[in-house]
Amino acid sequence: MSDITDFETDADTGSEAVAERRPPPEAPRPSGLGPLGWLRWAWRQLTTMRTALILLFLVALGSVPGSILPQRGQAPEKVALYFKEHEDLAPVLDRLSLFDVFAAPWFAAIYLLLFVSLAGCVIPRAGVHYRSMRARPPAAPRNLSRLPQSATFETDASPDEVLATARAVLKGRRFRVDVADGSAASEKGYLGETGNLLFHLALLGLLFALGVGNLLGYRGNIVLTEGRSFANSLNQYDEFTPGRLFGADDLDPFAITLDDFKATYELKGDKRGQATHFSADVRYRATPGAAEKRHDLRINHPLKLGGAKIYLLGHGYAPVFTVRDAKGDIAYRDAVPFLPMENRNLTSEGVIKAPDARPDQLAFYGILWPTAVASEDGKQIVSGFPAPVRPVVTISSFKGDIGLDSGTPQSVYKLEGIGKTLQPVKGGSKLLEPGETLTLPDGAGSITFEGLKEWTSLSVNDDPGRIPALIAAILAVAGVATSFMVRRRRVWVRAGAGEAGRTVVEVGGLTLGNPTTEFDDIVTALRDEHPATQNKE
Amino acid sequence: MGNADLANLSDKLMLTTVVLYIVALYAYAADLGFGRRRAAVQERSKVLAGAGGPDVEEAAEDHEPSADAPRRVDWARLAVLVSVLGWAAHLGVIVTRGLAADRWPWGNMYEFLTAIAFAAVTAFVIVMWRFGARFLGAFVMLAAVIALGVANIWLYDSVGPVTAALNSYWIALHVTAAIVATGAFTVSGVATILYLVKIRTEARAAAGGGALAHLPSAQALDTLAMRVTTFAFPIWTAAIIMGAVWADEAWGRYWGWDPKEIWSFITWVIYAAYLHARATAGWKGRKAAILCLIAFAALLFNFFGVNYIFQGMHSYA
Ligand code: HEM
Repeated sequence: MSDITDFETDADTGSEAVAERRPPPEAPRPSGLGPLGWLRWAWRQLTTMRTALILLFLVALGSVPGSILPQRGQAPEKVALYFKEHEDLAPVLDRLSLFDVFAAPWFAAIYLLLFVSLAGCVIPRAGVHYRSMRARPPAAPRNLSRLPQSATFETDASPDEVLATARAVLKGRRFRVDVADGSAASEKGYLGETGNLLFHLALLGLLFALGVGNLLGYRGNIVLTEGRSFANSLNQYDEFTPGRLFGADDLDPFAITLDDFKATYELKGDKRGQATHFSADVRYRATPGAAEKRHDLRINHPLKLGGAKIYLLGHGYAPVFTVRDAKGDIAYRDAVPFLPMENRNLTSEGVIKAPDARPDQLAFYGILWPTAVASEDGKQIVSGFPAPVRPVVTISSFKGDIGLDSGTPQSVYKLEGIGKTLQPVKGGSKLLEPGETLTLPDGAGSITFEGLKEWTSLSVNDDPGRIPALIAAILAVAGVATSFMVRRRRVWVRAGAGEAGRTVVEVGGLTLGNPTTEFDDIVTALRDEHPATQNKE
Repeated sequence: MGNADLANLSDKLMLTTVVLYIVALYAYAADLGFGRRRAAVQERSKVLAGAGGPDVEEAAEDHEPSADAPRRVDWARLAVLVSVLGWAAHLGVIVTRGLAADRWPWGNMYEFLTAIAFAAVTAFVIVMWRFGARFLGAFVMLAAVIALGVANIWLYDSVGPVTAALNSYWIALHVTAAIVATGAFTVSGVATILYLVKIRTEARAAAGGGALAHLPSAQALDTLAMRVTTFAFPIWTAAIIMGAVWADEAWGRYWGWDPKEIWSFITWVIYAAYLHARATAGWKGRKAAILCLIAFAALLFNFFGVNYIFQGMHSYA
């Protein structure tokens, strides 16, 4: 925020009329004032530009730990790891909310203070600016030759003629002109301060929009396997983060089915295996009664449904298995999402749980190599390419009690109770290609690797603040750019009777910031209109 | 020409660029060291007059050596010539790389740093032409040679497609803006360092001989740094905003406090504070200059530190 008021005082005193701007004088500390006095003093302190700047600095400083320490909102598993590795330090950091910096009370406090400080500073200032834009340009200082830019010449034209020309020239250059008492006062470049105010108001708007989005929006993740559908309701999400003021009926009632997912990979060169394109072929209904439509969901091209946007985030494989129990009945048949263990060639792992198997429940741990090849030393299997060129699964089998009835929720990606309730099956490990079956010893059952499907992870996100935030941000840029480019400037012209019936013309100019050549152009224009009989600089 | 040939040509041009920049570096340094004093004086007045207007655009090399002086190498002319040739080769590196990969030529750290160095040299050529700031040459060339060295030795990556996430026209907008701003901030950083060096020697009153005498006044350096920063700041702001728009399309949120977002914001705040300090005159001179350098350090950290130390969505390296 530039100090337009200081500019005002400098110009009006006319003495040290350099466009030097000093910080506002320190507000006197109240001594012996009542609580109201203190409050007023505190408000004045809070709404100075300096405080706003310090608060902005604090926001920046406060965000540093958020970039150094893992954050719960983004990587809860890394926070857990940090707790394990720094047993003493982590709880202390946690008490300071350093694993949730951007939701921390102290962060919110800085943010709110900044908001109030900016508002208290900018809004009154906008009023001042509005009035000064409509006020008459300040009258000419007594001594124009002491201004940073000045010129004098004599002419035969009368003072009134000169001032009339001055008015025309200045008006032509879009100055606001006021002629009185033998001098013309003019001013222009209000746009600079307007831009400045716009920038700060837009910043306020941006802070506001961010806050609104956080309170009212939501974000959720789902893993969707080919052939499956998803209806937008809370219980369908694998992960869901609502804003504080979010209500479950804010969910747009759409439904999505994933028909087919395709990943394209670079086939040659040393970038072989790098994904170049992902595309998910989906069908959706915006509302339960609406017609079904198709959409090609790609990275960088989300699907908008109501206020929500649906994004393609990640992908992986979901091998399809059939599990038969000791009696030969099908205990389980489905696609099981496996999680990538490495991102280059998508070696993935997962577990298959068959709680319906009798007499014992069956469970399996599998590792999938989308393109199985021998490792360089020939001793192991590795995946040589992320696409399923030669998919192979190794299976290890367990039987006993999976523990699903115990009431505590279990991860679908992990087996619990191995060695306790679940016992490894001897001879129950095998490499399977699609269509192959592992028959467990002693007729305990079997598992068949039927084939591969793919899954995608989708993120659903509704942020009502996004458009307001964008508009505010664009206004902010437009504001700063204008305030940098347009400078406030004043030009005064005084014409008075000189010797021998001549008229002495004095011109003075004052520019906020560096002087421009415009002043010289104006002087030249005036001289050309009223040729000087004898020049004097 | 096949893609492999183009890629090869790009690498060859890179070598040419580095060699030319090194030659230019020596020539600019020689110009600072043995160049005529008059040249420095002239340039200094130009930077001061550089408030805009046609008077600043006249060429700097308009003074012929007087006939009786012994024939000397015209270091200034040589330096300008070689650096402009280097600049053209540098442009060639980027264009051929883009053609070879058949995409926008900033998809990995190598290409990105190459482009930043190009932006910095371009910014220098512009301020040399507009404000006669030739004295910056040696320092900007040094920065460019270091950047290209780092790019080639540690960050080199062969031509290839970008990851799926980067396959978007936003790369042309967001990353280009970041590159242009970073290049300009580099020039302002160089001018600021020179300013700090200069005020120390000016304070010691002893008109330091050697290269320093050929630098313009501290005030002119300060003005130049301020002016270039003023140019770069809105572009930096725009880069961040476009990044946010892209993040909204790609990741489903426009601001998520990812390390890159945090450090872009920190950089932005410090530059904003610098510009504020300058505009309201509370903080002038040395203090403001140090603020400008802190901002530049945050910028560098955002590039190297964030991409290599933290794991964020921006770590494509
Ligand atoms: C709010 C969101 C974003 C911010 C604030 C942001 C900020 C930045 C900044 C400051 C740079 C400059 C380079 C540096 O100093 O390191 C940069 C570079 C880059 N950004 Fe972003 N960005 C955002 C979103 C995105 C998104 C969504 C993508 C792509 C999916 C992206 C891709 C890139 C790439 C490829 C580069 C150049 C290489 C690199 O430094 O990694 N950015 N970004």
